[in-house]
Amino acid sequence: MILLDDVTLTYPDGDARVTAVDRVTLEGRPGVVTGITGPSGSGKSSLLALAATLVRPDSGRVVIDGVDASALDAAKRTALRRERIGIVFQQPQLLPALTAREQLRVMAELGGRGSRERRTAVRGRVDGLLDAVGLGAFADRRPAQLSGGQRQRVAIARALVHDPRVLLVDEPTSALDRARGAEIMALISRLTHERGTATLLVTHDLVHRDALDETVEVVDGRAALVTTRRR
Amino acid sequence: MYVAWRDLRFARGRFALIGAVVALITLLVGFLSGLTGGLAAQNVSAVLALPADRLVLHPVGDAAATFADSAIDQATVDAWRTAPGVDRVTAVGITQTRAERPGASTAVALFGLDAGTSFPAPRRDDEIDLSAGAAKDLGAAVGDDIAIAGSSYRVAAIGGDDWYSHTPVVALTATAWAALDERLGGTGQPTVLAVSGSPAWDTVAADTGTTASSPLSSLTALSTFRSEIGSLALMIAMLFGVSALVVGAFFTVWTMQRSADIAVLKALGASTLALVRDALGQALVVLAVGVGVGIALTALLGAIAGGALPFVLSPLTTLAPAAVMIGLGLLGAAVSLRTVTSSDPLTALGSTR
Repeated sequence: MILLDDVTLTYPDGDARVTAVDRVTLEGRPGVVTGITGPSGSGKSSLLALAATLVRPDSGRVVIDGVDASALDAAKRTALRRERIGIVFQQPQLLPALTAREQLRVMAELGGRGSRERRTAVRGRVDGLLDAVGLGAFADRRPAQLSGGQRQRVAIARALVHDPRVLLVDEPTSALDRARGAEIMALISRLTHERGTATLLVTHDLVHRDALDETVEVVDGRAALVTTRRR
Repeated sequence: MYVAWRDLRFARGRFALIGAVVALITLLVGFLSGLTGGLAAQNVSAVLALPADRLVLHPVGDAAATFADSAIDQATVDAWRTAPGVDRVTAVGITQTRAERPGASTAVALFGLDAGTSFPAPRRDDEIDLSAGAAKDLGAAVGDDIAIAGSSYRVAAIGGDDWYSHTPVVALTATAWAALDERLGGTGQPTVLAVSGSPAWDTVAADTGTTASSPLSSLTALSTFRSEIGSLALMIAMLFGVSALVVGAFFTVWTMQRSADIAVLKALGASTLALVRDALGQALVVLAVGVGVGIALTALLGAIAGGALPFVLSPLTTLAPAAVMIGLGLLGAAVSLRTVTSSDPLTALGSTR
């Protein structure tokens, strides 16, 4: 699970500081897709950056799978991301030189030599995950040879191949048409439920709200749980 | 190296291009090194072959001592011979002139010294020992007569490949050399003392008004060697600099083009160490292949040109420049690491590519 506990994030703006996230408490639970919505500039992406441990909060805690990430140095936060967090970016952000299979296998190599067991486990999951996202037949294709929807599927598989406890998803449908967007949202929902990851999904587009288990709205850096849907 | 190997495969055209540039620079460096070695050997091999711990020269006036101007009188020779700690002093006369035999003539360096040392020298005043180069130029064999400055000498032996100032060496006895030098307008005094032992070198040198340097250090007293090797060494140094700059510029541009990928990898959890290892490993592969091809071409061309040019193919003229090329290339590539270390993973969020 992931817990953002009373977190505040500010950033400099000239001589002043702007508050991007204002004392937000948010919990992502295993097997639940939590949608984070709100207008542009409301602090959704800052919240995701905090959850991804890419920035440290000015105050409050970010707890990932029982580990207080806000107390860790940069190297340890990187290791925490590598082992327990999966990220799906707004754009697929695939490496152009790598095939779909290699995009997933690279997750076993990010820490250099790392532990042999972990690398073996990641490699062992690659083909199964590509099948799970419907791309088993496209494993040897590079990003330029895939459609936008296929690239986003590869990105989702990449975010899950190391079996993270937390999945962070940033506007996954922004570059897709409505039908493909619905497919991607359904895929994220299915994989979250199957694998028991705690998923935080930022979106400004509620057209795919059926894929969300609960929704948190962020306005001016403050968050409020607005809907919870029982399955 | 996971991403690095795949980048090499994916952008093989670009990497082949930079590899070819590295290979060409290595070829230039290797060829210049071989040529420098060959020219150096033709310039100083006889000096380095003299049997000495130190070579003693006598400077003229306030000028620095040189092989061309040095002249050592008998008192100085005796002072060195009787100095405590000196085991052996060999007086050597050096001058240059022409040697002739019917149908052949060549410039030679005359070395006058008495037999009994490791340096080849005849035992009789009417005999000479030819170096292999002199024998080849004159087409002479043992027993042939060679004319030098109007006197005839019989070839007693043909020895090693000794050269001095780009002329092959002809050795005479000290007495024969002194007579020849006087006929050529010289003083007949020896030019250099080859001294072995462990005396108080600086004290004896100061007392006798001479300089005593190791054979290697004394090469700077050979003006042609200094200017020739200095020019070639400068060219080699500049090529090393160009190589480091070219490799550094390539990898800097390449890494900057990949900065978005690097940010994504960092956001996904790549350690900076793994990314640095990846980048340097990639540079090492390109350098190793480029330098390897360059050295192979150098060896091939050196073997072909070796018969016509003074060219030395040895580990010093191939492997040493190769190691320097790789080292400097990696140093250049290390400049690009700033992009890797300073890349902010936060930029991966919200960036559109």
